[in-house]
Amino acid sequence: MKLSRRSLRCCWQVIVLAAAVMCAALGAPASAQVFNPETMTLPNGLLVVAIPNHRAPIVTQMVWYKIGAGDEVPGKSGIAHFLEHLMFKGTKAVPPGEFSKIVGRNGGRDNAFTSYDYTAYFQSIARDRLELVMKLESDRMRNLVLNDASVLPERDVILEERRSRIDNNPDARLTEQMQAALYLNSPYHRPIIGWEHEMAQLTTQDAIAWYRRYYTPNNAILIVAGDITMAELKPLAEKYYGPIPSRPVPPRVRPTEPPPEVARRVELKDQRVRQTVWTRLYLAPSYVAGDKQYADALQVLAEIFGGGVTSRLHKSVVIDRPLATSAGAFYDPDAVGLTQFGISAALRPDAKLEDLEGAMNAEIKRLVDGGVTADEVQRAERRLRADVVYARDSLQAGARAIGEAITTGTSIEQVETWPSRIAAVTPEEVTAAARAVFRDEGSVTGVLLPKPSS
Amino acid sequence: MMRHVRLIAVLLAPVLLAVIAPRPAAAMTIDRVVSPGGITIWLVQDHSIPAVDVEFTFRGAGAATEAKGKEGTANLLSDMLLEGAGDLDSQHFQGQVEDLSIELGFNAGFDSMEGSLKSLTENLDTAAGLLHDALTRPRFEASDLARVKTRIQTGLRRSREEPRTIAGETFMATAFPGQPYGRPLRGSVESVEALGADDLREFLRAHLGRDKLIVGAAGDITPEAVARLVDRIFDGVPAQSAAVTIGDTAPRNLGQTIVIERPVPQSIVTFGEAGVKRNDPDFYAATLVNYILGGGGFNSRLTTEVREKRGLAYSVFSYLAPYDHFGLVMGGTATENARVAQSISVLRDVWKKMHDEGPSERELVNAKTYLTGSFPLQFDSTTQIARLLVSIQYDDLGIDYIDRRKDLINRVTVADAKRVAQRLLDPAKLLMVVVGQPAGMTATPADKVNSGGSAPQPRSAAPVPTGRGG
Repeated sequence: MKLSRRSLRCCWQVIVLAAAVMCAALGAPASAQVFNPETMTLPNGLLVVAIPNHRAPIVTQMVWYKIGAGDEVPGKSGIAHFLEHLMFKGTKAVPPGEFSKIVGRNGGRDNAFTSYDYTAYFQSIARDRLELVMKLESDRMRNLVLNDASVLPERDVILEERRSRIDNNPDARLTEQMQAALYLNSPYHRPIIGWEHEMAQLTTQDAIAWYRRYYTPNNAILIVAGDITMAELKPLAEKYYGPIPSRPVPPRVRPTEPPPEVARRVELKDQRVRQTVWTRLYLAPSYVAGDKQYADALQVLAEIFGGGVTSRLHKSVVIDRPLATSAGAFYDPDAVGLTQFGISAALRPDAKLEDLEGAMNAEIKRLVDGGVTADEVQRAERRLRADVVYARDSLQAGARAIGEAITTGTSIEQVETWPSRIAAVTPEEVTAAARAVFRDEGSVTGVLLPKPSS
Repeated sequence: MMRHVRLIAVLLAPVLLAVIAPRPAAAMTIDRVVSPGGITIWLVQDHSIPAVDVEFTFRGAGAATEAKGKEGTANLLSDMLLEGAGDLDSQHFQGQVEDLSIELGFNAGFDSMEGSLKSLTENLDTAAGLLHDALTRPRFEASDLARVKTRIQTGLRRSREEPRTIAGETFMATAFPGQPYGRPLRGSVESVEALGADDLREFLRAHLGRDKLIVGAAGDITPEAVARLVDRIFDGVPAQSAAVTIGDTAPRNLGQTIVIERPVPQSIVTFGEAGVKRNDPDFYAATLVNYILGGGGFNSRLTTEVREKRGLAYSVFSYLAPYDHFGLVMGGTATENARVAQSISVLRDVWKKMHDEGPSERELVNAKTYLTGSFPLQFDSTTQIARLLVSIQYDDLGIDYIDRRKDLINRVTVADAKRVAQRLLDPAKLLMVVVGQPAGMTATPADKVNSGGSAPQPRSAAPVPTGRGG
């Protein structure tokens, strides 16, 4: 889940499941030796990445900080995302609210987003305005000015954002409870946007402390994608980001989970719910945490199990038996700590929840007992690798894949070798990964239920 | 390779330090291709990535043409076209689509049916064959139809409780009572239940004709190849579609406030009044005024006043929604129940000030630089380029539109903008729908809202109208 500073008003139609299935596709680092990035590191520790793509005279600048909601301390949930908002509140050189206005006046668009492991800022603009947005972005890397006058109204804004995203949505409220139940010890058990009562208490001092601690070039990555080469980018990066001094940053801590002892179940009943949705989350390794050797195989597994309308789950509970209107699986290997493998299905109104749950459990058992076939693996791998070509078709996909990889502890090389690694995954590895992950005691089952109105 | 590049960078650095040179924004050549079968295709070639995107629209083949009692036909058809065709049943058809990583889809709107095909170049022939069969030999098997109908009906039931959808649908039902645009785009649970395969075949035959077809393509393909491809896809599609006459219309019940009680902590507000159609001479002035009012995100007055200064909302915006037979200027926000009345009061003031005084010279200049400068940002992917080619044809803007657009925007004067703000933004005419438990709000009494003789109750998901952009 990512939060964006601006709301997307086109998402009214998206249902939980569609989003989940899409995550499976997007979660895989869409890449192959296709982005062909060039890199360098400034003396102050800032990693600079150029991703040339010359089809249109436009560029996207992204600055990623290796800091997110997973780095928050108990009691201050939401501060990472709050600071993301506050980064638009001005510097000595740029008055509050002017950042986006300057970008807009120059024909550019800008925004930012926060996740558990990173916070990122970006602008898309004509190539001859790149220098301008580099000047602006580097300025706020060290010169942010915050005071109560600008911070406190913005705190009301993030509280409204929470109401929009979570409190008004029964499925988002259930997801929040499931996360909290899945992670016993990891900071991922807190919502990215924060718990409301803690958000309401965040102060200007909290924000300034967070900024001073983590916003430093050695904790950041500058990525410029589009009509640019490193030869063009390097002097500008040196000019604008080079003079910013580095500061030591505390190491990232992701407390590990204790061995799970018991399966958990969370049910949320709400009178606005009109369709029962069944979801299960399993604790799963990421590229860098847990049994990380399974991370590639789990992506292939997600594709086989729930990656489309011919996947096992969809075929079983939507096509062969009339139990669900949709079903899918999702897995995102990019996380500093343990991540999750999820499966989900939305109940048909004329079917019974216990039948659907039984069928989903039976599919898991069939998978764990019987494994996957060579044909299934081959089909899934071909589909995943084709996504790479489509990813190259977008200016931001490469910047996002690389930014996400580096901020979650992997590397550009790992992004670039993704297609060959996926192609090498064997049926035995997929089966072994399934057996490692699908363990009841490491799971949370969540059910969204209608509540008859009184 | 990396080291080599760095070396060059060092050598060239002093020269390049100066500035990155601009390149012409319209470095995009559009080929106008007429296929042997007589179909016009606009094409932007880009051979850098081995993929091709074909976007198409059947003008007029939207939900607005549905007969009474057949609501939801276009939307159901858009789903059912993917459920098996020719020799392939649903699972085999979709299996091929998935295995070859073909992206194939249809989308029904009120005014048209849009379609999209994206494929790796190597699979393009198979992809074209699948799309051809979908359009000309769809199976519409009973079991698939029943399954898809259940999915749509379940979605309709869900969105009946989704505050944003309720607000959007109520707005449209109130503004267009008894008219096709006031009905939910996806139909109702009851109307979808009554639809059968014959209704789909009839709609397909009557409305998806080549006389209504608009095609844009982008990617790894030559003009000759795209002509062959498009002929292959649309071979057998009827040359002539049924005559449909939908007259121009305008929103009604303006100035009313509708409150729909729902147990949510945050009230959703949707508001709007009459706007402009795409071919209105004031379209560009309206686009600029809207940007300044609420279209420009953090550069807009609404965001400044409602969000930045007062922290009343995370999101507040306005937009132009040009349809074929009317236009709307719409807006939305969401604020906790206790403060939503204040949000509405502030946005009404912003609306009124823009109506009375119009934008300043400086605001207009800034809006122009954004709207002209940001236009090339949408040339980011082949899909976006192909869609742009379709929309330029749809709106009959001319093949040189991309070059002329800048001038069309820059030509708008402050006097034009003030006149258009006066014309469009009458605060007394705002139709306002609030969904939630808003404190201190007074709704218009129900008997003052003209239901036009047919109040579609219960309502289900109508779209939040979205404009097709300029």
